[in-house]
Amino acid sequence: MSDEEYILRVEDIHKKYGNSEVLKGVSFNVKKGETLVFIGPSGTGKSTLLRCINQLTVPEQGNVYLRDEEVTNSGAGINYFRQKIGMVFQNFCLFDHLSAVRNVEIALIKVRGMKPEEAREKALYELRQVGMEEWAEHYPAELSGGQAQRVSIARALAMDPDVILFDEPTSALDPELTREVLEVMKKLAQAGMTMLVVTHEMGFACNVANRILFMENGKIVEEGSPTDLLENNESSRTRQFVGGLVMGED
Amino acid sequence: MDFISILIDWAPYLLTGVFITLGLTAAGLGIGIIMGLPMAIGQVYSTGNWWLDKIIKSFIAVFVWFFRGLPILVLLFLFYFGIFPAIGMGSLAPFFVGAIVLGLRGAAYQSQIFRGAIQSINEGQMTAARSLGMTKLSAIKNIILPQSFRIALPGWSNEYPNILTDSAVCYAIGVAELLTRSSQIVSQTYEASIYFVCAGIFIILNYAGMKGLLALENRIAVPGFSGSGEDNQVFL
Repeated sequence: MSDEEYILRVEDIHKKYGNSEVLKGVSFNVKKGETLVFIGPSGTGKSTLLRCINQLTVPEQGNVYLRDEEVTNSGAGINYFRQKIGMVFQNFCLFDHLSAVRNVEIALIKVRGMKPEEAREKALYELRQVGMEEWAEHYPAELSGGQAQRVSIARALAMDPDVILFDEPTSALDPELTREVLEVMKKLAQAGMTMLVVTHEMGFACNVANRILFMENGKIVEEGSPTDLLENNESSRTRQFVGGLVMGED
Repeated sequence: MDFISILIDWAPYLLTGVFITLGLTAAGLGIGIIMGLPMAIGQVYSTGNWWLDKIIKSFIAVFVWFFRGLPILVLLFLFYFGIFPAIGMGSLAPFFVGAIVLGLRGAAYQSQIFRGAIQSINEGQMTAARSLGMTKLSAIKNIILPQSFRIALPGWSNEYPNILTDSAVCYAIGVAELLTRSSQIVSQTYEASIYFVCAGIFIILNYAGMKGLLALENRIAVPGFSGSGEDNQVFL
């Protein structure tokens, strides 16, 4: 099958909340090691789309395949796919009653059935990857937003996922903390992690993304490399949107 | 006989009453938590089966409404003279009737303490747990309950003095607990000061229990996490 080169395939996802259709048929494919950045106005379904991929939100229609295995309609099997599809949230969602290292290791122990010593070792390794090893014994309330987000990235990494979904990972952070989180994400992308990122950080999109997908009204309206969308095409919708952002700052 | 020698004579008798009172309290708290926690979970979470959910949630609602809605004395009489004899358990010792009634009543109250605590946990905690591949049950057990328990503990601690003092009502069905025995001593010796001793013992039991619960709160406290006991010293 020619599809095998894609690690993740998303086909025709539809999602409604009540009468409002949030996603109106979204399809795209992701190759291993690619970083896709989703941008677009608020309320266009970017976050919902990410949640449909790991079925935290169940779409009415459409399919998601991870390495040619169907993620949608997988019943109890979804818990296997969720290990392979990591997720990082806007407000970190660290487990408040657990120290940083316990946050990272708990799923290894409870989901993967790893031995506690082994899990601890792996958790500390992942914390080192995001520069948080020294904070291993601290609780979420004792961490800055940037540190908490890095721990939550380590938590996702610990499951050895094929793909990580980032749902506005820096939207709750000030510029300085944003930078430290984006640094970690950039390193991950360079190390070959496949990432889907919903963000408004255009610098990250331009420098790190292989492709930018511009979403509006529940659909992908433009898709291409950062150069294609932002430099070569004067009249692209993406450029209008971003231009608006830049002009707004002037 | 003077007060002191009466007290010394009757001390073993009174002390047995203390243990029976503590037994009633332990049963009230124990049955309360064993039944109350699952009831709270049942109220907050769904199984996904509409009918099953309907049955579970209705049962819990009626249970809570019944045991919180009736005065404890009415409950005791109802069970001791009505329900247990009707189901062929009329010979059940008053102690067990009292323990069961305090337990069921405790479960009704405690379910609501735990429900409030569970509902106060941010939805993101469950979402994050599920996103790592945890089953719903595993997420409840490993993430939601440990947090809820810390939040619930101060409110739950309140159940200890409640049940301890309520247990004295078992006097009415003849359980030989602290109050019953005190009143028996008074009627035999005409030394009404025994009631001061009875009251004193209740206060000591209360104090010791609350101290213990506070120590537990501090022991399981997590930095920055509500439910930490350190600020609650004002209660003592």
